[in-house]
Amino acid sequence: MGSLILRKATRYLFPVIMMFSIYLLLRGHNEPGGGFVGGLAAASAFILNQLAFDVPSTKRLMNVDSLTLIGVGLLTALGSSVFTLLDGQPYFSSHWATIRITSDWHLSIGTPLIFDIGVYLVVLGVTLAILLSISNFRKSP
Amino acid sequence: MNLLLPAPLLIPLLCATLSLLGRRAVGVQRFLAVAGCSLNLVVSACLLYAVDKDGIQVMQSGSWPAPFGISLVVDRLSAIMLVLSGLMGAAVAVFSLAAMDRHRPKFGFYFFYHTLLMGVNGSFLTGDLFNLYVWFEVMLMSSFALMSLGSERAQLEGGIKYVALNVLSTAFFLAALGVLYGMTGTLNMAHLATIVRSAGNQGMLTTVSLLFMVAFGIKSAAFPLFFWLPASYHTPPSPVSAIFAGLLTKVGVYALIRLFTLVFVTDAAFTHVILLAGAGLTMLTGVLGAAAQTEMRRILSFHIVSQVGYMIMGLGLLTPLALAGSVFYIVHHVIVKTNLFLVAGVIAFRTGTNELMALGGFVRTMPWLALFFLIPAMSLAGLPPLSGFFAKLMLIVASFREYSWVIAITALAVGFLTLYSMTKIWNEVFWKPMPPASSEAMAKVPWTVRDRVCLFSPIMALALCTVLIGICAEPLFGLSERAAGQLLNPDEYIRAVLEEAVRP
Repeated sequence: MGSLILRKATRYLFPVIMMFSIYLLLRGHNEPGGGFVGGLAAASAFILNQLAFDVPSTKRLMNVDSLTLIGVGLLTALGSSVFTLLDGQPYFSSHWATIRITSDWHLSIGTPLIFDIGVYLVVLGVTLAILLSISNFRKSP
Repeated sequence: MNLLLPAPLLIPLLCATLSLLGRRAVGVQRFLAVAGCSLNLVVSACLLYAVDKDGIQVMQSGSWPAPFGISLVVDRLSAIMLVLSGLMGAAVAVFSLAAMDRHRPKFGFYFFYHTLLMGVNGSFLTGDLFNLYVWFEVMLMSSFALMSLGSERAQLEGGIKYVALNVLSTAFFLAALGVLYGMTGTLNMAHLATIVRSAGNQGMLTTVSLLFMVAFGIKSAAFPLFFWLPASYHTPPSPVSAIFAGLLTKVGVYALIRLFTLVFVTDAAFTHVILLAGAGLTMLTGVLGAAAQTEMRRILSFHIVSQVGYMIMGLGLLTPLALAGSVFYIVHHVIVKTNLFLVAGVIAFRTGTNELMALGGFVRTMPWLALFFLIPAMSLAGLPPLSGFFAKLMLIVASFREYSWVIAITALAVGFLTLYSMTKIWNEVFWKPMPPASSEAMAKVPWTVRDRVCLFSPIMALALCTVLIGICAEPLFGLSERAAGQLLNPDEYIRAVLEEAVRP
């Protein structure tokens, strides 16, 4: 691409998109959002970086292999139901822990969130694995 | 029980994930494949024992009651299928230790192998039609990858035909799901079974059932849309075609049996006659197609088609004995067919080809292999006292009892023609002298003790199963009869799924 405007803008947009993707991930349980769309948003940040710069710098920015990301994500999603297996409930039954912050504010954190984080990582990994290998083709001749 | 029921899904998923993380360590992947698949077999056998003793087992995943959540249901038929998929998974995993090159595991062969088994097991476990669709997709995606992994020219050509027809079938399946959901408002199979019996628009329901029949007919390679199978199954490496041959079409047959005994039985006089006619034509075209082939795996592929006809024949007759015959036939066929593909794999391993012209003389060079070919081949043709004889006997007796002369005579004739194909392979591959070019090629390929153990132990184990089923058919016959009894009385299934939901 080589556009100066795109490169400059990417430097600012990248963290914003990443933060937005995490926001989407966290609000997903009760409102539109969740691991899937959050993962897609995060992948779009990396793809923006790849459009503005190139594939090697995007891979450096990711720091881990996208296939490893898929594996870790799958393990996280699987692991979210270890609790339910231990106390003999049907698989994927949710467990919640409530943390009281002030008297009328409390935060509920449950196993669906862990599952969502796994989905987030898998979606991010799959999208990047596909898109980065496609964009490698164009470079080769 | 809550731990045992999802285990056939979780074990392959865990093994797949670990294979992905250890994708550079081929040794770790191989260990995981053998260990994971063996564990899967043990778990499935435990499930079968539990189901046969205590009745249908149900798990409502996520504690969401049926029909709102996804129910996992295991009745005798599902449990038998799970054991078969576990057995084939383990046998082919051991076989792949020697027969699979070191190249493909690095590109995810074992990852896709485990996800394929997960998809197959999921299809057998689920009690929800849409979930069945999802598991079909899991299975198909993995099989697409396995089919084309390695990107050889022939593989890609076969892969395209395979993908095109299966995508078509998936589209039919999805369309049928949409219409059925629009009519009934549920896709939980037990719930569907209760609603369908009192639904007003029976004509529309029959139409939908035909859509499902086409979708599953393509997947199980039934007439007339079977040609994707012989066009593609001989192209991938031998472990891949062995597991495909053993399991994939049988998932389609399983789905047909499940739907056309549980849900679509209201217009049996119409739908099951179509099934019966399709079964007869499937048998005939498959066996006639095989007669014209000159490549070992292609002949065997055409025989998958003709054998699928027998399984659907039992469903079409819809009597207790016929349905038990279908179940028995599936058990017999999965074991025998995988075994024949494994024998073809050993021959390809030694000589690098499966062309009948280029082969010969194996009865002298490898007499044990000749014996282990003869057992499944004669069983496939239905010679007593092997497993195929009893499978065919049950179906043919059932059809005579229903006065369905045409299908009975077809089944008998197809048995003879199968014998012809098997003797053709026997004459060409084992009996005639080996062409000098092949014996030179054979002398060059190393043949270590490790290779022998890994290649022969699954073949011996499966041949032993064939002989045992033949010699003492009674336990399996009883089990198939009980499974058929359960299929023909859907009330037990419906009660197990829906009442479990009421209980807190």
